[in-house]
Formats: sequence, C-alpha cells, structure tokens
Amino acid sequence: MSNRKLNLKDKYRLLTRDLEWEYSYRDYEEIFKQESFEGIKITDWSKWEDPFRLTMDSYWKYQAEKEKKLYAIFDAFAQNNGQQNVTDARYVNAIKLFLTGVSPLEYQAYNGFAHVGRQFGGVGARVACQMQSLDELRHVQTQIHAMSHYNKHFDGFQEFPHMHDRVWYLSVPKSFFDDARSAGPFEFMVAIGFSFEYVLTNLLFVPFMSGAAYNGDMATVTFGFSAQSDEARHMTLGLEIIKFMLEQHEDNVPIVQRWINKWLWRGYRVLTLVAMMMDYMLPNKVMSWQESFEVYFEEAATSLFKDLARYGIEMPAYAATAIEEKEHLSHQAWSIFYNYGHAAAFHTWMPTDQEMDWLSEKYPNTFDKYYRPRYEKWREMEEAGERYYNPTLPMLCQTCQIPMGFTDMENPTLTSYRQSEYDGERYNFCSDGCKDIFDHEPEKYVQSWLPVHQIYQGNCGGAEMEDVLGEYYRINLGVDNLDFHGSPDEERWNAWHNLQPAEDKLKEAS
Amino acid sequence: MAVAAITENYVGERLDRVENFHGNQVLYIGWDHHLMFCAPVAFPVSPQAPFRQVLEELIPGAFSLHPEFGEIDWDEVQWHLNGEPFTPDMDATLAEQGIDHKSAVRFATPGLNGIKGCGS
Amino acid sequence: MSKVYIALQDNEESHYIVEAIEEDNPDSTVIYQPAMIRIENEGRMVIKRETVEDKMGRDWEIPALHVNLITLGGNVDEDDDELTLTWND
Repeated sequence: MSNRKLNLKDKYRLLTRDLEWEYSYRDYEEIFKQESFEGIKITDWSKWEDPFRLTMDSYWKYQAEKEKKLYAIFDAFAQNNGQQNVTDARYVNAIKLFLTGVSPLEYQAYNGFAHVGRQFGGVGARVACQMQSLDELRHVQTQIHAMSHYNKHFDGFQEFPHMHDRVWYLSVPKSFFDDARSAGPFEFMVAIGFSFEYVLTNLLFVPFMSGAAYNGDMATVTFGFSAQSDEARHMTLGLEIIKFMLEQHEDNVPIVQRWINKWLWRGYRVLTLVAMMMDYMLPNKVMSWQESFEVYFEEAATSLFKDLARYGIEMPAYAATAIEEKEHLSHQAWSIFYNYGHAAAFHTWMPTDQEMDWLSEKYPNTFDKYYRPRYEKWREMEEAGERYYNPTLPMLCQTCQIPMGFTDMENPTLTSYRQSEYDGERYNFCSDGCKDIFDHEPEKYVQSWLPVHQIYQGNCGGAEMEDVLGEYYRINLGVDNLDFHGSPDEERWNAWHNLQPAEDKLKEAS
Repeated sequence: MAVAAITENYVGERLDRVENFHGNQVLYIGWDHHLMFCAPVAFPVSPQAPFRQVLEELIPGAFSLHPEFGEIDWDEVQWHLNGEPFTPDMDATLAEQGIDHKSAVRFATPGLNGIKGCGS
Repeated sequence: MSKVYIALQDNEESHYIVEAIEEDNPDSTVIYQPAMIRIENEGRMVIKRETVEDKMGRDWEIPALHVNLITLGGNVDEDDDELTLTWND
C-alpha cells in the first residue's frame, strides 16, 4: 500500500492542507495584515477549493508541454518568413497595439498575483495565486518573444515597455491595472481574477486569436491560445474566489456586488481598444465586435449571473449601457485613433469600400447613419492631400482616461458629459459608471495621471508636441505614427510583394 | 470613507490642482453633434483671458477644419457651462463669469447638423 | 437553463476529445470556428477520461485537457475520471 499512487483529490489535499503550519509565535493579523481592511469577512479558509485540484507536479508537466508546442511554432514561423504571409501589413498594427497595451498587463498581473498570493491566510488560495502569477510571467515572456520577430520587419515595436508607462492611450490599460494592484487583495481578485479573467478575457483573446488565424498570423494565434489555455484555470479561480467570499459571510455580498459593478465597467472600457481592433484592424474579419460581445458578454454573463443569483448577486448596474453601446463602440474608438493618428505608435487608416460595406452589413442601425459620412469626408480630405488630424489635445475621463469620445445612447451624436465636484475641484467623466467609481473613492482617483494634463503641466518633455511624442514617448516620428498610407511599413510590404502604391500607378497611367 | 486604504485617513495627491498649470487653468470645449472632432478638446488658458479670446483664438484653432465652421452664426449659438445653459460675456474674463479650472463649455449650432447631417 | 461551454484548439488531439464529448453528451452542439472548436450544452457537460482514452487508443489523463483548452463557462469540478461543467439555475 505504501506505493499506492495518490489520486487527484488526495494529492491536492496534501498540497493545500498538510503543508500549512500553525502560527505559534506571531499573530495571524500581523502575518496577513491586508486580509481584513477591505471589510471582507473570512471565517474558514479550509472551505477553499480549487475545482481543477491542480498540483505542482502536473502544473510543471503540462506547462512544459505547452511551451514545447509553442516554441516549435515560433521557430517555424520565423524560419518560413511568416511575417510576409499575413494578410496585409495593416494587420500588424493590431499586434503593435497588443504588445504595447496588453502584454505589459500580463506583467502587471504577474506582480499582482505574486503580491496577493502572499496576503491570503488560506493555502489553497495562495497556491492558486502563485500558479497564476507564474502563468502571467510566462504569458508576457512568450508574447514578447513572438512579437520580437515582427520587430525585425515592422516599425513601432521597439519601445513597448517605455511607451506603456507614458503614451496617452496606453495610460488606459496601465491605469486599469494600477487601480487593481493598489486595491486590497480581495478587490484585486474581483478586479482581475473575476471581472477581467472570467468575464472579459474571452472577449480579448478568443476573437482576437481567431482573427490572427484568419489573417495568417500563426505566431500570434499560438501564443494567444497557449496563454488562453491557462486562462480557463484563471477564470475558474476568479469564479471560485467570488463564490468563496459570498459563502463565507453575508456581509461580503454588498461589497462584492460593488466591486463587480466597478470592475466590469472598468474592464469593459479597456476593451474599447479590442472593439476597434476587431472591426477595423483585421483585414480578414472573423466576427464583429457586436457579435462577439453578444456571445462572450451578453450570453456568457447572463448564465453566470443567473448562477450567482442564489447569493443575491445581480447583473452589474452598467451592463445595460455596455449593451446599448455595442453598435457604436468600435466606430467611436477608431475615430479617436484616426483623430490622433499623429500621436499614436501605430498606423491608422480609413476602411476600404469593401470594409465599409462589411461594417454597414454588421451594423445596419448605426454605420451608414452616423459613421460612413464621417469616414467618406475624411477619405476625401486624405485624397486632397489634407489627411485629417485633430490639432488639439482631447478632454479625458478622470477614471478610465479615455478621450471623451463616447455618446449618450439616447442621443448618439451628443458627447456624454458627467461631472463631480470634490474638495473644491471639478472632475469630468465619460459615463455614469466612471463617475460613480470616482464618487465612491475620490481620494484614489484624484491621483489619476491624465496624459493631457501632464503635458500641459510641462511634465512630458518640452513645450512642443514633437518633444512630447519624439523624446518623451519615443515614437519614431514619421515612421511609427501617421497614416498607414505612405508609411515605411507600407513601402516595405509593397516591396516584398512587388506591389505598387496606388499613387504611383495613377501617375504611370496619366 | 473616501477610499479603501490600509492607512487611516488616507489622502491622495491632487495631480491636477490649478497651481500645477503655471498660471493657466484647463478649459474643455466641445461642439455638439460635430463628432468629426472625436471628443471635446482641452486647452491651458489664463483665467484672466476674456471669453472673446476663447471665441476668436481657441475655438477656430480647434474646429475650423470642419466644413461647417464658416457657416456658424455666432449670435445663434447655444452655450452650456458645466451642463447648465449659459450666455458668455465676451469682454469679461473666464474667472469673472464662473468658468473655473476644468470647466466644460459646450456649444450647439442649430441648423448645422454635421457632415451630411450625420452629427459628425 | 443556461448553456455551459468549452472551447478547444482545433487540432488532432482535440478531435478525439470532441468525439468523446459528443458521445457522453448527446445533446451537445459542436461549433467549428476559426482555429477552435466550441461545444455547448444546456446546464451540464461531462468529459470522461475513459471515453477519451477509448477514442485515442492510449492513456490520457484529465489535466492533459489544459494543453488544448481555450476557454470554458460553468462551474468546474475535476477528479481523476472526469471533468464536469454545470450551471445552477
């Protein structure tokens, strides 16, 4: 019997129970001093259960297998000049946005889980956080590795960690994670473990990776799916911590509900970037933002919140607004980046006729009515040699930090303005969600590092925009930024494929 | 509780105090139903500037690229200040007419509905 | 009743897992999407080690599912013999 192979349940019990010890010469509160200040009451950590019952031996075994598969494909992609086989050089801009905007979040998640994994009194929760922390570190490494190949052939990849800390639109995902990591350990788990991982990462990874598959980007599909294979475990951890808190004490319910409301809204606003990637940056489209939102948010969240109803948890307060915005979000986001394409580290462009028709078909209620005429005007300006760039910096939301490009859904061409006064100062917001988040914890959000205000305070390099963009952001001006048409990326791509720019063809013909 | 913090009576640093803007304050301006400008814009401007300067310098600098800009009848324009209807006094300073730091001024141009009437 | 779902990478190994899922969950719906396969079922879904081993013709353990897993929806329970997904209504 001594050689009996342990089953999964026994192994997990040994890992998460019998490795714990009694704290005999220090107070529990002294060791786990962040466990109580948020108001969450835990009566019995032993009720914590990891549904996968993952132990370290199988963790290492299967992670190693995933890595082997992944690196075999990276090698094949590089050896076969995979960068030449993507659908179109415009596609690569989605990857630039991913590397500068998303991959650093994986690193933040690694830090965050390593931190909270120390703060919980229960071993089960600590082990799960430790594994997730390692996963997140693996994700950032594999993503950098995959995209380093693109860095050899395209512009805009070279300064991604520097940019993440400074560039205006990257302050959106950065501040989202900063907000979560500066919260207490339980709020962090609701923010990242539950709201982001469980409810929102499907919307980030699944359609985006299918998009990469449709656009010939084998490296991205593979790192995406490899990361996502850990994600299923993270989602389950996120759901588990919610159920655990709700079962531990009824006083936890209103706190958890408020966090869910807050973090689903915060996460949804960050996904604005994904909405525009899907509808505008993938030359071969898989599904529209609206379609993926319906499957991965509306349908999935409905099942989830029905399940959580037994604890008294309700669908988040602002879900209705997110649902109403689904026919507008990607178009409003792309308009923001087209306006400020001179200040972005990737290229923007106007959709082709065929792409506009796809958008009309996918968004029959909104595209032709509100957005097509705008785009046709911009295209006309570009053709006249006066590509439109907004000459003035935008007003930003104090909470999500996105330019105030969202509109009131009852009046969809009217900017949504919200304002609060706190301690003698005005604060402005894009939505009720962002305003309520501020109003509940103003002492946190008075500290928002809003890029536009920082520029006007003189904290971002010199007085001229060139100094801010070139020196402070390290955008390679005239190379990384501006329209795709006329960019060095386009020129190289055309040279690889013996394509002529449209302008030259016209000149030759005349 | 103005924030959930591990230290009692936590006070956050106000990053955008008016004192940080070197004598200026931040003014936001938006043109209703003209979303070719994707969002309202932000300016650093002296609180002692007369509103005339906003009208004659800042607004044209921000919005004159729009084909309807030249058609605006400024006597018909409807203004809002921080959500309330408002009639600017061209010769009074911003400070004198209650346009303080981080105020949002909106203007609507009845009859001008954006590119092909689409609100852009 | 809510749908539970699982999505797997579209590859050789997954094809056997999908076959096994279809056999053990006769009412499930299999949806082929770019590079992935999504399987949905009302309320509950089970993935049994024995059925997968039978389809593959070799030993296979439940945690190996993670190698090809993309996403799932539902409450998870895993032991040596099976993984189940359920929603409480």
